[in-house]
Amino acid sequence: MPVTPRPDVAAEIDLEAIARRGRQLVIESVAHSGAGHIGGPLSAMDLLVALYFRVLRIRPDETDWPERDRFILSKGHSSIGLYAVMALRGYFPIAELATFDSGDSRLQGHPDMTRLPGLEASTGSLGQGLAVGVGIALGARMRGLGFHTFVMLGDGETQEGMVWESVMVAAKYGLGNLTAIVDCNGLQQYGWPLAPGEGGRGDRRDPLAGTHLRAALEAFGWRVLEIDGHDPEGIVAACDQARDAAGTVRPTAILATTVKGRGLSFTEGRFEWHSRVATADEAAAARQELGAAGETEA
Amino acid sequence: MRDAWAETLIDLAGDNPDLLVLDADLGTSTRADRFAVAHPERFLQMGIAEQNMVGVAAGLATLGYVPWLSSFAVFLTHRAADQVRMLVAQTHANVKIGAAYSGLLTGFTGKTHQDVEDLAIMRAMPGMTVIAPGDATECSAAVRWATATSGPVYLRLARDAGPDLFDDSYRFEPGRVIRLREGSEVLIVSTGTQSARSLAAAEILGSQGISAGVVHVPCLKPVDAEAIAAAARGVRLVVTAEEHTILGGLGGLVAEILGEHEPRRLVRIGISDAWGESASNAFLLERHGLSPERVAERVALELARVDGIAGEAG
Repeated sequence: MPVTPRPDVAAEIDLEAIARRGRQLVIESVAHSGAGHIGGPLSAMDLLVALYFRVLRIRPDETDWPERDRFILSKGHSSIGLYAVMALRGYFPIAELATFDSGDSRLQGHPDMTRLPGLEASTGSLGQGLAVGVGIALGARMRGLGFHTFVMLGDGETQEGMVWESVMVAAKYGLGNLTAIVDCNGLQQYGWPLAPGEGGRGDRRDPLAGTHLRAALEAFGWRVLEIDGHDPEGIVAACDQARDAAGTVRPTAILATTVKGRGLSFTEGRFEWHSRVATADEAAAARQELGAAGETEA
Repeated sequence: MRDAWAETLIDLAGDNPDLLVLDADLGTSTRADRFAVAHPERFLQMGIAEQNMVGVAAGLATLGYVPWLSSFAVFLTHRAADQVRMLVAQTHANVKIGAAYSGLLTGFTGKTHQDVEDLAIMRAMPGMTVIAPGDATECSAAVRWATATSGPVYLRLARDAGPDLFDDSYRFEPGRVIRLREGSEVLIVSTGTQSARSLAAAEILGSQGISAGVVHVPCLKPVDAEAIAAAARGVRLVVTAEEHTILGGLGGLVAEILGEHEPRRLVRIGISDAWGESASNAFLLERHGLSPERVAERVALELARVDGIAGEAG
């Protein structure tokens, strides 16, 4: 598998195979460090892979390239998912993932832009990444820079009030060069239990149950696209559509429906995998489910 | 002081195209409205949304801009504390926090708006430079220094104009402590606009035959701890005075320094673990013992107490 694909071979990249490999690295890294998150990184994996391998205009070996697209992982607790994809994309050696969460590592539990080149913001306290994205998109317009800014949030994260301050201000300034991608995985760390007979996309109540995120964002003046967050081509198409709107005065929100813990039979839709560490048996099972598929691509 | 803040930024923006002012809808109070008139393209109204404003500033700073925030201190250090912490202090972002209406004297707004914990909060954040100017001249110099220096800066601004302490030759140096008055018996360590009142208190004490020195600490972080310890040597009593809680601000700072370098009796004058209220400036200064008369009274009392203890011991 190429780790630093050139744009001209981008279309030939097997995004699904890379995502399987990414998921495997997430499980392994968290098991190795003994701490970390699983559910969110796995739900976001297809989005992250599509972004880093097809959508973002980036130079992994030139992280301060002024024209680079900016990506901010506002749901910072999914850091290991981002690190796995950045490693696969060539930002740093895959072996460095073994340092995740350990002292002196560049790969902190939550993304630390002061340690790892390529991170555009430090995140972890939820709700804050979109504001930084607003500042970058606004600054880009003032500087006459044509890059696009993408910010990924969790659906549970939109419960943070600050998100809506940023949503409002982005619309006020007409930031067509800003796109928020919401990883709607339907679960948060603990949340609310399902009522008897109530259906959900996981084993707890959806963070947005009763909330019409699309309507809310549209009411603030955003353009909203809804996609399957596990369909690579659909993700790429939506992001391209969002970028094409950069000349307009409406920021874009991509609501990506995903499954928390996606890719492993025993983590999908299970809230307790938000921040669980795989046991040795579970890690072996994960290798079985993901590894075999990954190896056929190599 | 707020006038000096705005006028200095207007002046600096002429030569510095990266300087921006972000306002959380209080520009008519903070005087950011004057900047908006002078440099409309570099004034960004962020609405009544301080948390987002801090994040936007952090984002702008990554593109080389130098954003100054305009709001009341309380909304920056309390409501947006988490944003200042993670997005500005932890990333060492080049964001400047213009914290207007700090302290007790906030124009009849009451305890909701009186930020008397800001210095303690901001001083606890690694990497944050914390400045509390004593007058308009020092404020202007601090704004110039902060704009030209990379990294996060918290600038504590007073609403009301006070007496001048410094002339135009003043230059701001981070960490420097400034001797305002010599005195052999007691040392008053003071910060912000309280320093003018502390100086007046020392004059009152002088008229009573008590020799009181005054040291002004315009920068609580970094700070020249050795200079404060040295100033404390030889006097019988050290007193801190601040328009701030006695917990964790200047009083806390001096207690830490003396405890480590120059152990001795210390009296902290300030808001004594209490909330403020809406009232006239005169009322508030009296109530919290910060008027020149009340500071002088307290210093004389505490000095007599120290001498009494020394007498008993002798």
